[in-house]
Amino acid sequence: MSIKPSVTVAVSGLNNIDSPGPGIPVIRALKESNFFNVRIIGLSYETLEPGLYMRDLVDKSYQLPLPSAGIAVLLDRLHYIHQQENIQVIIPNFDSELYNFIKIADQLKSEMGILTVLPTLNQFESRQKSVLNDFGKKNDVKVPFSKTIFSVNELLTIEEEFNYPLVIKGKYYDAAVVANFSQASHYFHKISNQWGLPIVVQEFVTGTEVNVTAIGDGEGNCIGAVPMRKLYITDKGKAWAGVSLDDAQLIAITNQIISKSKWKGGCELEFIRSNDGYYLLEMNPRFPAWVYLAVACGQNHPEALLKMALGYPVKPFQRYDTGKLFIRYSYDQIVDMQQFETISTKGEL
Amino acid sequence: MHINSNVAISDSGFIFNPLTGDSFTTNPIGLQIIEMLKNGLSQQKIITEITTKYLVESSTVEKDLRDYLSMLNSYQLGEYVN
Repeated sequence: MSIKPSVTVAVSGLNNIDSPGPGIPVIRALKESNFFNVRIIGLSYETLEPGLYMRDLVDKSYQLPLPSAGIAVLLDRLHYIHQQENIQVIIPNFDSELYNFIKIADQLKSEMGILTVLPTLNQFESRQKSVLNDFGKKNDVKVPFSKTIFSVNELLTIEEEFNYPLVIKGKYYDAAVVANFSQASHYFHKISNQWGLPIVVQEFVTGTEVNVTAIGDGEGNCIGAVPMRKLYITDKGKAWAGVSLDDAQLIAITNQIISKSKWKGGCELEFIRSNDGYYLLEMNPRFPAWVYLAVACGQNHPEALLKMALGYPVKPFQRYDTGKLFIRYSYDQIVDMQQFETISTKGEL
Repeated sequence: MHINSNVAISDSGFIFNPLTGDSFTTNPIGLQIIEMLKNGLSQQKIITEITTKYLVESSTVEKDLRDYLSMLNSYQLGEYVN
């Protein structure tokens, strides 16, 4: 017989859609913890985020104000939620909300006793797509040459520095490989309309895309890392199926990045394996939506993060299973109008 | 040729390369060739074994074996050795 500590954890990223957020996989990992008995408070931005209605995984949910509303509004809302639920740990899972959560992390702890495991603001900013060249130099990892632009006219001036095809990337999300100025211009407008400026223009590196889900303790230790290759990609470029890899070099590069940057928290490293080695394309500052594959391979990264938050000792994982596949599927939840009405009108469910 | 040590090969002919994430299927003769390579048989010995077992021209086997090894190499399943 064992007794597990009970913990109340608030998790965002409940948008388990075709371009899924990491919330539900993180919750699934926490619910399967051998160490904790976890009560989940879902944090959502939209009333149709599927995770809101997954009552076997999410015990109670609350709407949050959009990140653009600012820190004061977010803190007010979290004060209210905390009064109702006595949250011990928050795991934010959206790139776009992380800036606010990093800014209020100290206040969350001092005013409400809510713990987080987040990168510092410097770490968060250092891996932004717009400064990837510097990140590569600092962490001794190859990155594709990239440049930040603010107007479509700059596409003409950078043609001396780039050869087509090249990649047009949004500040937070979205990317397109373009073969000429006309396509580049089209995607500049399309992506900037949705995600804002600046746009990042990046050298196109040919090879195989491989990704790593990892977690650092902020002291330079990589607590866990599992590499994956996408086997099936949706039209949004998201993995619908993938397989864990046995790649010692990739793990070594990941360890090096986590160690040199002293990264704290979960992250996803996106690489291209080309003929002349690995190129880091992006470092996402939170767990990826496929993080549950790491759990299935023997490394429960969300549980490790929860232990770190609560001050339990966490030793680096020593191994993981290779050749494990994840295959997503879609599933129609049936929801009573009353539930939709409740979250729409009261902001909680 | 050496078959890379981390490559997983099942009795059914399913091959998984955990370095690249690629998977393949091979037919029974392909599987026998991989087994012979893993047992350290030379290309000439493999040609002799197959020629004797299946009563085919050694020149045909030699050509097919060369193609097969080239395929194993290009899929990063095996490496040529001197």
